[in-house]
Amino acid sequence: MSRESILAAIKNNQPEQQALPDLNAFRRTGPGDPAAFRKVVETLGGQVFGISSYTEIQPLMAEHLPDARKIVAIQEQYWPGALTEWEAGDGRQFEDVDLAIIPGQFGVAENGAIWITDIEIKERVLPFITQHLAIVVSSQDILPTMHDAYEERIARPEGGFGVFIAGPSKTADIEQSLVLGAHGAKSLTVFLYTPKS
Amino acid sequence: MEHQHKEHSVLAEEFNADEARVNWHDETLWWVRQKRDKMAWSIPEWEDLREAASRIKHNVLGNLHDYLLEFERNAQANGAVVHWAADAAEHNKIVLQLLQEQGVKRMVKSKSMLTEECHLNPYLAEHGIEVIDTDLGERIVQLAKEPPSHIVLPCIHKKKEEIGDLFHEHLGTPAGNADPKFLTAAARQHLRAEFIQSRVAITGVNFAVAETGEMVVCTNEGNADMGAHLADVHIACMGIEKIIPQRKHLGVFLRLLARSATGQPITTYSSHFRAPKKGQQLHIVLVDNGRSRQLGREDFRNSLKCIRCGACMNTCPVYRRSGGHSYHNAIAGPIGAILAPNLDMKEYADLPFASTLCGSCSNVCPVKIDIHQQLYKWRQVITQEGYTKKTKAAGMHAMNIVLSKPGLYKTAGGVGRWVMRTFPAVVNNGLNPWFKQREMPEAPKASFADWYKKNRKQ
Amino acid sequence: MKVGLFIPCYIDQFYPQVGIATLSLLEKLGCDVVYPQGQTCCGQPMANSGFEHLTHGCNELFVDHFADLDYIVGPSGSCVLHIKDHLHVDGKEQAATHIRQHIYELAEFLTDVLKVDNLKARFPHKVGIHQSCHGQRGLGLAQMSELVAAPFSKPQQLLQMVEGLELVELKRTDECCGFGGTFCVFEEAVSVKMGKDRIADHVNNGAEYITGNDVSCLMHLEGILRRQKSNVKVLHIAEILNSI
Repeated sequence: MSRESILAAIKNNQPEQQALPDLNAFRRTGPGDPAAFRKVVETLGGQVFGISSYTEIQPLMAEHLPDARKIVAIQEQYWPGALTEWEAGDGRQFEDVDLAIIPGQFGVAENGAIWITDIEIKERVLPFITQHLAIVVSSQDILPTMHDAYEERIARPEGGFGVFIAGPSKTADIEQSLVLGAHGAKSLTVFLYTPKS
Repeated sequence: MEHQHKEHSVLAEEFNADEARVNWHDETLWWVRQKRDKMAWSIPEWEDLREAASRIKHNVLGNLHDYLLEFERNAQANGAVVHWAADAAEHNKIVLQLLQEQGVKRMVKSKSMLTEECHLNPYLAEHGIEVIDTDLGERIVQLAKEPPSHIVLPCIHKKKEEIGDLFHEHLGTPAGNADPKFLTAAARQHLRAEFIQSRVAITGVNFAVAETGEMVVCTNEGNADMGAHLADVHIACMGIEKIIPQRKHLGVFLRLLARSATGQPITTYSSHFRAPKKGQQLHIVLVDNGRSRQLGREDFRNSLKCIRCGACMNTCPVYRRSGGHSYHNAIAGPIGAILAPNLDMKEYADLPFASTLCGSCSNVCPVKIDIHQQLYKWRQVITQEGYTKKTKAAGMHAMNIVLSKPGLYKTAGGVGRWVMRTFPAVVNNGLNPWFKQREMPEAPKASFADWYKKNRKQ
Repeated sequence: MKVGLFIPCYIDQFYPQVGIATLSLLEKLGCDVVYPQGQTCCGQPMANSGFEHLTHGCNELFVDHFADLDYIVGPSGSCVLHIKDHLHVDGKEQAATHIRQHIYELAEFLTDVLKVDNLKARFPHKVGIHQSCHGQRGLGLAQMSELVAAPFSKPQQLLQMVEGLELVELKRTDECCGFGGTFCVFEEAVSVKMGKDRIADHVNNGAEYITGNDVSCLMHLEGILRRQKSNVKVLHIAEILNSI
């Protein structure tokens, strides 16, 4: 049982305490800029469409992925006629899913990241195992920086798992050549939703 | 002195036998450094952010005892099982036992420098368990039976043609195909099969939040998530220094990590693992392995602030021209050279000397570790502890005698320059490492002191 | 104002012309310069090799020679930095502190203390600046490329006052040359490779001369240039600022 000996050594060796810095100066006032967010997602290899109705998703995706057959939509309105009863299983049932369309809670303008939790998506592995991923996020829900994200929206955890997703899965491990589609989704499409007023 | 490995200078000289390759290695990593610069300049408050990160980590070092307990309590409340390991051996034993309980013979692991430090893979192999590294770069070096040469870019030393050959041999790709896109697709297919069949997944940990008991794992490939979410058992291995106080501090570190590491605004996936999914077991192994000792070394404790971004390697002019393997340690480069002597001072006595102390490492470090100053201080400690070569020590003592006595210095300088002018072969020979690829400076007849005496002194 | 001239050991022995140019330049600028005879070395070669505990003799000598001066100026960023960071002598700590606080590398003494804004110097050549790491990152003679901070360069500020001199731009503005004290012999292969790469950057950008604030770096680069039988020469910044 090393727990006690480790803790004792730490207690004995740790330096004097120092106060935590104030992070408020890093906050921005006001909302994040959807145009800036869009630009970053694109530089990360994602594509972004502004939509005012969920009915626009199907034709846009059909153009991008004409061969997508097995489609999971977290909200039925994203893709009428998508798979039903996909929740049964341990995640391996998604192995051959071509496209998953999921909601994002909010996006971050500085880095193109979108926050997703297992409360909305239910199966944690879905956004990773699907061949292609689409995320729907409201253009009202763009925050300027990560500080704003953590302090305003996710100061406390919800659900057992949450993830920032920024762009499609990628690697540059072979001679620093960027390749999209390492283990996760090969492409990312973001639908920035602004309802007609 | 007997060492298990050749020294850095010897391995570096071997690396330099192929100059074109050194150029390629240097340029590739310099390119990453430039990407980092571009990203840093995109954030006007970059230097303040580094300062904040450094101060948060300092607060952690001063409260580590309580934060670890807070983390443990919250992680347990979330449904995780927390294990404590004093050293690498205990860490490996804990992991083996968990695997044996599950009866698995093969499992997936995403990148964890800690498990490299503990040499987990060979240990499990000895016990009949095969670990499949799933980070592409790590899988490549694993197939090549090599350790990673860089903590973020594990196979940065490998050319695509060599990777093509490896994949041809192990994954059956067509001979001669070295296209990165094709090879990545082949690896994706090969490793998907592993993810699907694996019942246990090991991941590393980038940050562990005391306040919430959650762990954040950052990848670009998505391999940590593919492994952890599909497995019945998720084992997360972390050094005790990975703790941060509160969730909001992730904002600081996630802004710095990928920008410093690869020049990306953030990694593709920043996954927050708090509670195991239904029916899953989550085990967290907290590993000391010398960290509590380093915490007690006032001059070196700041090294525990490291968030493993690798920026110090990319900027290091010595690392870029000697390659990661020349450091013969799981963690190479400047940060490896200040961490390794704490683990084994004799074995790694050469590493703090594998630097010109140029200081670029300290400037790129996102948590402002005074790396080059620690290199200097390790040199003093290593010398005092008697791990310097006897010939070097004798030379230093002789130098000290001459430089401490002005008369002797003057005579020695005059004699030395006279010898160099009169019998150049005494210094211009193969035994003098300076002369191997450089001319000696020309020895003037008069020193500055001689000139001054003659021209200025009344 | 009494200025003590600090001429590091290897400049004294191998590059006396740099000492002469430094002295002449300071005198031209109106300084009352004293060269304390019997000075040897700052102790850095031993300290950087892990033998700081052997440097008492050097420290003692240094304090004895320089304690009574208003300023101490040396044409070597590296040696000056070593004194600034490490000069301590039991029983003479007050004198050591005075020295640590009043020692300057030549260029920073010109820009920060003398506040030189023009020089009667002429050097009609293409020149590349080699930023020595200890001068730049240690003493802050120029902004560091790693930091998100406003650029400046004290050596450049001075060289721009020299008539006819054209500064060349480098691809890597502040990469280490690989000298590194005893590193240059104990890590010979990497040291030379770093030096060759630095030289290539200067040569590719058309430099006829490589200048800098540290003779140690320049000695290393010169050794490689001469082996390559290159026409490119090295000169310490004092030699250029003092040229007419």
